[in-house]
Amino acid sequence: MILLKMIVRNALRRPLRTALTVAAVAVAILAFTLLRALLAAWYSAVDASSASRLVARNAVSIMFPLPISYADRMRHVEGVARVSYGSWFGGIYVSEKNFFANFAVDAQSYLDLYPELVLPAKEKADFLRDRRGFVAGRKLVERFGWHIGDIVTLKGTLYPGEWDFVLRGVYEGKTRTVDETQFFFHWQYLNERLKDSFPSMADTVGFFMIGVKDPQSAAAVARSIDSAFKNSRAETLTESERAFVLSFISMSEAIVKIVKVVSLVVIAIIMVVVANTMAMTTRERTGEYAVLKTLGFSWLSIVMVIAGESWFISAAGCLTGVIAAFPAVGFLTTKLSAYFPVFFIDAETVALDVVVAFLVGTVSMVIPSWQTCCIRVADALKKVG
Amino acid sequence: MALPLAYNLRNLWTRKVATVLTASGMALVVFVFASSSMLSEGLKKTLVETGSPDNVVVVRKGATSEVDSSVERWQAHVVEALGQAAPSDDGSPLSAREVLVLVTLPRVSGGVSNVAVRGIGRHSAGLRPQVRIVQGRMPRFGAREVAVGSSIARRFAGIVPGGTVRLALDEYRIVGIMDASGTAFSSEVWADADQIMQTFRRPVYSSLVFRLSRPERFKEVQAAIEGDPRLTLKAEPESSYWRKQSELMAMFLEILGMSLALLFSIGAVIGGMVTMHAAVAGRTSEIGTLRALGFGRRHILLGFIAEALILGLAGGLAGLALASLLQFVTVSTVNFQTFSELAFSFELGARTVAESLLFSLAMGFAGGFMPALKASRMNIVEALRTA
Repeated sequence: MILLKMIVRNALRRPLRTALTVAAVAVAILAFTLLRALLAAWYSAVDASSASRLVARNAVSIMFPLPISYADRMRHVEGVARVSYGSWFGGIYVSEKNFFANFAVDAQSYLDLYPELVLPAKEKADFLRDRRGFVAGRKLVERFGWHIGDIVTLKGTLYPGEWDFVLRGVYEGKTRTVDETQFFFHWQYLNERLKDSFPSMADTVGFFMIGVKDPQSAAAVARSIDSAFKNSRAETLTESERAFVLSFISMSEAIVKIVKVVSLVVIAIIMVVVANTMAMTTRERTGEYAVLKTLGFSWLSIVMVIAGESWFISAAGCLTGVIAAFPAVGFLTTKLSAYFPVFFIDAETVALDVVVAFLVGTVSMVIPSWQTCCIRVADALKKVG
Repeated sequence: MALPLAYNLRNLWTRKVATVLTASGMALVVFVFASSSMLSEGLKKTLVETGSPDNVVVVRKGATSEVDSSVERWQAHVVEALGQAAPSDDGSPLSAREVLVLVTLPRVSGGVSNVAVRGIGRHSAGLRPQVRIVQGRMPRFGAREVAVGSSIARRFAGIVPGGTVRLALDEYRIVGIMDASGTAFSSEVWADADQIMQTFRRPVYSSLVFRLSRPERFKEVQAAIEGDPRLTLKAEPESSYWRKQSELMAMFLEILGMSLALLFSIGAVIGGMVTMHAAVAGRTSEIGTLRALGFGRRHILLGFIAEALILGLAGGLAGLALASLLQFVTVSTVNFQTFSELAFSFELGARTVAESLLFSLAMGFAGGFMPALKASRMNIVEALRTA
């Protein structure tokens, strides 16, 4: 009890220093949390992918199309429940800075295959009825302030020309890992125009999404699809949606590594700052600790006093940092939605924050404790300032 | 008279632990700052040096890169007929019709990535003098042969001279390794354009590249190409074409690095503040003595600020030294804009050094100003009494 009182009194003895150190820890914990959220954002699409869906694309690379006629043949493959298809449209809204993903899809089958895109029944019906209609995620609609019925024009990069679409519905994700910044319109609309202007590009799709009857047999279904198109003009590569998404992420692996290293650096920075404060504090109090020793306090209780103060500071910083992280993430979600559609803090990150803070507190007390314990009482009493 | 610098240095030396800890906190921040700036500089340098200003790249209007561009044969013919290309050694115009496709290849480190395969014309190599064959030879025209960039050979599995690589349904023999002194061509695979077009069943080219006979007349050439109603093409100097390919990613790296460094610097500045506050508090009587000796408030203020600046500078130098080791590291990742693999290294330029040092001095100043002000405002008599 008396130790606890000493810890609190000690921590509050130099309020400015304690406040500054707590602030430093808070900032570092905030930074660490944001970096973790960034990494989670990178991998969010993996979490959002389903085990019962396969993606088939041209085996050469995703840039090459597949003929639409494959859809019928795929439907007849054993174990296939549903087939949908689409193309990456790559349209630009006003300027390249406004980047968001836009796809031309076969609307009915796509929405059936992706039940996590939640759309009001009326909006869904409107979208399916209007060939020029499109649906967009809630975040995307909020970002540009669109309203139902608005006409949105995209400038094609892969498909030249200006393309007008009418907003017919706004979807929300069933879970928070669902990307709410996407834009879907009718593949048929794209195809009709291509037939007129670029007949060589018509009747092709970028990818097929295949729903399987039984997730256990997904791998076997993927193999039989690929073997059905073996040695044809356009061979397919079919993999689980998860593997498909991961292959995209592994491409930017180097950046993920950098972010990981940097999040370790931030921990090192807090350790240094807190260790510095603790070292200075203890140095100033060497004389007092010597008095305590003389009075009969064991070395253990003195170490406990030092450790307690160190933990007190890191715990206070951790708490402040975590509390500040939530509004910060809210702010960044709007700023970074072009790069990271999904951005949030998970429970694991908060738990890690606590672990990090505890570690920082522990490491920071090591040197001061060691110094205090080793010094002889007589020397300590002699020492000034 | 100002406080001698030696006084500050000795003070820092006496409090070794605090000095080292504070400076290393700042060093880590400068490390993050410098390395992100080096990365984005490296990316820019790689892509800027890839293009030469005298070459012109012609792509489809609205295309953001060669990957999503298409140039019809007859369009290429019309542009060539303008006769603006410089003559090569044998007198034929220095101009090449090229096709760029992306293929997926397995990486040595596991996983797959997109690699750019460039179908080249007879003058493609002549247009890019930086491309050298380091092993083997260039692919022959009319044969299923490829030369691979050195960065690709290093990072992708099974890419060895004499071996084969499967592109779409065809096997291509690897006959050479080329090095383009760190430019983007080191991350490409080259083969005969006609072979590539057959293999990938692509009836159109991606781009047309030619060397201007008179570089100063670029504007006229551009107007002739872009003004022709038959052609839906745009012309651009090759250097600016490649620079644009770096913009999105360089901006991303810069924003990421800057926001991290700024956020982290708050922690380091606070660390500096704690140290300087303690330094001031521990030397109260000393400050009183200095004042009594006749040093003015201004001198005390400047003295402590100088001490904080030295602390910051020491951190900055240590951080830079650490970051400079990164120059030996090469990063290979997919460029968001071209969607293909690109290898580039950390580039330590004068700008990065200057900015990092300024940044570290700013951190020192921010940490030291308040404590220094406090020291300068002390009352002589009270300060002397605290001993």
